Amino acid sequence: MHLSKEEKEILEGAQGIAKQKAMEILVALGNIYEAENLIPVTSVQVSGVSYKNLGDAGLEFLQDWAESGGRIQVPTTLNPAGMDLDQWRELGFPENFAQKQLQVISCFRNFTIPPLCSCTPYLAGNLPLFGQHLAWAESSAVSFANSVLGARSNREGGPSALASAIIGKTANYGLHLERNRKAQYLINVKCPLLNEADYGALGYLTGKRVGAGIPYFRGISVHPGLDYLKALGAAMAASGAVALYHIENVTPEAKMYNMLLDTHETIEIHNLAEGYESLNSSITDIDMVSLGCPHASWEEICQIASFLEGKKVKTRLWITTASTIASLARRCGLEKKIQDAGAFLVSDTCMIVAPIQDLGIRSLATNSAKAACYAPSHCGVHVRYGNLTQCLNAAIEGRFHS
Amino acid sequence: MKGRIIKAGIAKAEALVSPEPVGFFGYVDPDTGIVIEKGHPLYGISIAGKILIFPTGKGSTVGSYTLYRLKKNNKAPAGIIVAKSEPIIAVGAIISSIPMLDQIDISQFKTGDIVQICHDEVEIFCERA
Repeated sequence: MHLSKEEKEILEGAQGIAKQKAMEILVALGNIYEAENLIPVTSVQVSGVSYKNLGDAGLEFLQDWAESGGRIQVPTTLNPAGMDLDQWRELGFPENFAQKQLQVISCFRNFTIPPLCSCTPYLAGNLPLFGQHLAWAESSAVSFANSVLGARSNREGGPSALASAIIGKTANYGLHLERNRKAQYLINVKCPLLNEADYGALGYLTGKRVGAGIPYFRGISVHPGLDYLKALGAAMAASGAVALYHIENVTPEAKMYNMLLDTHETIEIHNLAEGYESLNSSITDIDMVSLGCPHASWEEICQIASFLEGKKVKTRLWITTASTIASLARRCGLEKKIQDAGAFLVSDTCMIVAPIQDLGIRSLATNSAKAACYAPSHCGVHVRYGNLTQCLNAAIEGRFHS
Repeated sequence: MKGRIIKAGIAKAEALVSPEPVGFFGYVDPDTGIVIEKGHPLYGISIAGKILIFPTGKGSTVGSYTLYRLKKNNKAPAGIIVAKSEPIIAVGAIISSIPMLDQIDISQFKTGDIVQICHDEVEIFCERA
């Protein structure tokens, strides 16, 4: 890999240990993926924020790197933490977990990273523009940035994203290169897609089939809008490792260029039943309903608050979102409507990275295919997967109806 | 033999060879260095202080941090040699300052060989009897 004079000096330690370690990571990845050079990034999104995932090993690593002088060079935000950073007591998080989680956040503050912990940074103040190079880590956010916004990011890991934040650059390989952004799979959608759960089921099925490949959807004639695209991308990034997708006449690169490789494999999707079957268990009694994976948009919170007005929930109901959106909901009285129904508007975290087993949760209903995909193994719960109305009704009745 | 440097350094120790990929998060106990992945060829064996030789890495990205924790607990491998690098182990070796090389024909090594890594050079110092 070609390095500039300054980059070589950083690698040799001329600008301190923290930058040297960051440069070593970027150069090693560049060599593994045969990158020609490093390129500047406009923003970074770091994963590995929840103490549930990091453990003491990750916490020690972050503490040591921050103490050795690690500071960010470009705007950077964080993935969800393991709890709401303000309301963790009210939500029942254990004290010892909370203290460790706060130490993690304090480490990131030492890197000068603000505690904006969200899997939808693009809704919360970290918005990439078309063609910009990024080093983002959260898989659903990478998918949204690449596919819906037309920015360019590989799926980074926690340390490599942080290394990019410290250097302000990333290795130039993979999805940063125009030639690697065309689809190998044509997905012919032959069934109607009526709500976010249908898009999630489609994403789940597609991710299973294409793995880390790039799918190109044909047959989605009406623009699905932000919320459904967010659901689609998150599902594919969970059941597969899809970092970029195209939708004919919808996503920006597909509107401008031919993004389908001549030699592609065609997959026909005639119905979504197999997706729903895989994501659903047979339980009917529900302990908890989780909405907002990926983090709820303003529009989703408005819909949920309006549904809940004047009702009471029987289960625990969490609506997870970014702290910036939650504060707006508080200001507009939407949080009060949610609280009056006995539900919680939860910031900074999500179902999957929170220690929900410790909160006594055994069965979960969600409208997120990503959450439905991960929750059984990551959280040890039985899952029901359905659309927003089904999930809200399950919260009111304590039972899920197919 | 020469390999490609992932993390430069010097190490000399007994080789521990795995014919199968190695993962760290959930697969190696960070406090003891013992492989706890059921069914793995190295199951029950400690990787601490060995030159760990395997085809490639696998598993969760949190594995980079597990390697770091092993190092802090003095239970990390002394060096790592792989046929093909992937980001999790590579990043783990870098952040933990464990000498690591890739692009080496690992079929030349046997468990118990004394192996020396000196930057990009690897020498089988004295073969197992």
